[in-house]
Amino acid sequence: MNKTIINFIATIVLAYILSLFLPWWSVMTAALATALFIPLKKSAVFFVPFFAIVLFWAVYSYLMSSGNDFTLAKRIAVLLPLGGNPYVLMLVTGIVGGLAAGIAAIFGKQISLILKSK
Amino acid sequence: MKYFKLILSFVLTVAIFYALNTKFGSIPPIGKFLNPYSGVWQNETDEAISGDITIPELQDKVTVHYDAQLIPHVFAQNELDLYRAQGYLTAKHRLWQMEFQTYAAAGRLSEIIGEGALNYDRQERRRGMGYGAEQALLKMNEDKRTSAITKAYADGVNSYINQLDPKNLPVEYKLLDYKPEAWTQKKTALLLMYMTKMLAGGDEDMENTNALRLFGKERFDLLFPDFFDITDPIIPKETDWSFIDVPQTPTPNSEPVLDSIAETIDKPDPNYGSNNWAVSGEKSATGHPILANDPHLGLNLPSIWFIMQLSTPNHNAFGATLPGALAVISGFNQYISWGETNATRDVIDWYKIDFNDDRTQYKFDDQWRDVSVRVEDIKIKGKETYKDSVLYTHHGPVVYDKNFKSDQERAGYAMKWVGHIGGNNQKTFLDLNKSKNYTDYVEALSNYTAPAQNFVFASTEGDIAIWIQGLLPNKWEGQGKFVMDGSKSENDWQSYIPQAYNAHTKNPERGFVSSANQSPVDEAYPYFVFNDGYETYRNRVINDFFNSKDKFSIQDFKDLHNNNYNLKAAELMPYMLENMDVSSLTPKEKEIFDIAKAWQYNNDMGEIGPSIWSAWWSILYTMVWDEFDVNDTAIDPPFTYQTIYLLKTKGDDAFMDIIETPETETAKDLFKLSFSKAVEKLNTWKAENGDLNWVNYKGTYAGHLLQALPAFSRFDIPIGGGKNIVNATSENWGPSWRMIVEMTSPPTALGIYPGGQSGNPGSKYYDNFIDDWAAGKYHSLNFLQSSTATDAIIGTQTLTPSK
Repeated sequence: MNKTIINFIATIVLAYILSLFLPWWSVMTAALATALFIPLKKSAVFFVPFFAIVLFWAVYSYLMSSGNDFTLAKRIAVLLPLGGNPYVLMLVTGIVGGLAAGIAAIFGKQISLILKSK
Repeated sequence: MKYFKLILSFVLTVAIFYALNTKFGSIPPIGKFLNPYSGVWQNETDEAISGDITIPELQDKVTVHYDAQLIPHVFAQNELDLYRAQGYLTAKHRLWQMEFQTYAAAGRLSEIIGEGALNYDRQERRRGMGYGAEQALLKMNEDKRTSAITKAYADGVNSYINQLDPKNLPVEYKLLDYKPEAWTQKKTALLLMYMTKMLAGGDEDMENTNALRLFGKERFDLLFPDFFDITDPIIPKETDWSFIDVPQTPTPNSEPVLDSIAETIDKPDPNYGSNNWAVSGEKSATGHPILANDPHLGLNLPSIWFIMQLSTPNHNAFGATLPGALAVISGFNQYISWGETNATRDVIDWYKIDFNDDRTQYKFDDQWRDVSVRVEDIKIKGKETYKDSVLYTHHGPVVYDKNFKSDQERAGYAMKWVGHIGGNNQKTFLDLNKSKNYTDYVEALSNYTAPAQNFVFASTEGDIAIWIQGLLPNKWEGQGKFVMDGSKSENDWQSYIPQAYNAHTKNPERGFVSSANQSPVDEAYPYFVFNDGYETYRNRVINDFFNSKDKFSIQDFKDLHNNNYNLKAAELMPYMLENMDVSSLTPKEKEIFDIAKAWQYNNDMGEIGPSIWSAWWSILYTMVWDEFDVNDTAIDPPFTYQTIYLLKTKGDDAFMDIIETPETETAKDLFKLSFSKAVEKLNTWKAENGDLNWVNYKGTYAGHLLQALPAFSRFDIPIGGGKNIVNATSENWGPSWRMIVEMTSPPTALGIYPGGQSGNPGSKYYDNFIDDWAAGKYHSLNFLQSSTATDAIIGTQTLTPSK
């Protein structure tokens, strides 16, 4: 398995574990940690944790709402406003988490570079 | 370079955290709000209705059965446990609403939504809402039982709040980014004040004063008579009042203060009203008395009502509760049923206050009395606390002074309001829930002060009755129609009408009792009552219906609830159609004219007639009362009934003239002018919005309590009716709870309301009653006679003591 896949999976697993006792920003902590210990290169630094968390949050929110006919998701998709489409809301949810994770990962990568150079 | 990148990425990380964790304006903190494990996605669920829950301080087990409507049927072993459970369960389904309403009552919305609510908060503080709640709390705590029970309720709410995982906070908390605080007895008092403001918080004293000053006494009396030429009062006209031996307060012949007042505080919607009625066994098709109630309040989500069955081994009550208050408010038990409509009596008067130079004292009968100061600290989200010092006199708070809507340095206007006096009104409902007969009902009502209500009653013993109950000042003739001089003791309220002399009737000869916010009595009643906004249409339709035949069934009751007959239009529109000049109608006008002519005066959904009437009447009304369009002056035009009366009987009065035009218009000219404008308005509306059917034109909606957030509201509800119609469903208010109870043993009841039991917009129970309600359907209320579950029960939850 290459590092990309390992990082991708590790980010999701760690994000899930941390979510059990940390608030929403646990995805940032998770991405920062994987960036430190499973370093990637170039744009992958951002995009791998980004897509990992997009997937994690979008799937998680789908699981939360599919059993309830997306009742609330449809309403929140009017509130935000996203045309009342619950799937767009899931995507937006994923992107919000992904952005936070990706940026935190860039920071993690920079820390790892500093540490390595010493 | 490395360090630059490190710092840059660090700054970016902090920035994204801040951006997603902070509320900007009305945008929620988006990371917190949307994440799937503690954000809104966690609210995608119905409330749990099975399992065991431990509640500290319970004395015994409490069984809660839920039926398919999510109505909790609560079986407790004693009263303290019962009301503790009511607090817990209400919080479970309606926490955000019950708390938000008390914030609104207390003038604390700025704490939640920021500076935008400051003016509202100042107004509520100056109205004395917090002060009134504190007075009520004192009275509640004087009675040991009420004190203990309201405390248990508060503890029950707090048990729920304390075991609430932040991820399960109601959506609105997540949206506005705040958390619930502990419930207190004072919050219950505030909720009751909220109702008092809604139902007894209106008056026209300042507006009447301006009208009197501008038009003179003779004209004022023509426009605002104490009684209209017809009255169909709540208490039948033939009632003998000779038992009343305490006279009306003699008039001191004092003069009103004819000041000009520019602006007043917000008044509750004058359209709030209600219907209730009961027929005796003799008049009932089944031989059992039948009772009905439908309070007309704002159509909101979550709904103002929450339906519950509340029982102990000693009593068993069922009906509509108010989240935040205890016990059933409109409902029934094994022996009696009851319901309320608003009594609309004038219980607010205004006094002009003359201060000394530094406003520490005010003049009263050649003396100077000390002013007391109540400092209102209004916390504002993200800002410094705003301090507002409100001066209090023996009349009440000086609402208007140089710091608020007035520029007079050494004068102000103080408010005398029955809402400030305090009363243990919670006790009335606790007692009604346990009443077994007429005597118990009268006893339960006897201490009730505000908001004055018309309490209808029926019992399995066969009695029907109605009492107009509240603490009502015994006013001298004309007292409180206008602003009074606050420095003269003769203008103070001298006494109250002795409770036993409040207007009431038991088992009247006509075989029914009813109320629809009309005048409580006719002029024969020995105390001063005047028309301060009484209904004149629904009451006549209801009474005519009950006078129309001998026996009435449940179906008749349903039909009456859903009756769309527009008596108001029927009393004017034929006259207008007949008397206006039709020689110059354009083809478009002719088309509308023909539809209007064919209309049978029912505000049914598919009719265009009601839309025409609605547009035409509102334009005509403004046209007639153009004299009342005065800048910087608080003034209200005359009531609808008197307007129609004048249009039909004094069509050439000077008021009919439009001041702006050189011609002298009469009523007939106004009919044509307003008709043309109405046609224009209707055709413009049609071009923009489509069909002119009443259901479209009216556009009934149930708006979420937060400024009708579209995401959490229901629009275009398919229902007819309208203002002054028995089915009083207008744009955003209407029958907020329809109940019919037949006094079999035990009683058989139907009920429905435009909402749902859950306060969670993510629950299917949030608005699931609306369609049936709009269609005029009812749900059978499963009145369980024991704690054994029946087929109707879909889930059972047991609340257990923690021992």
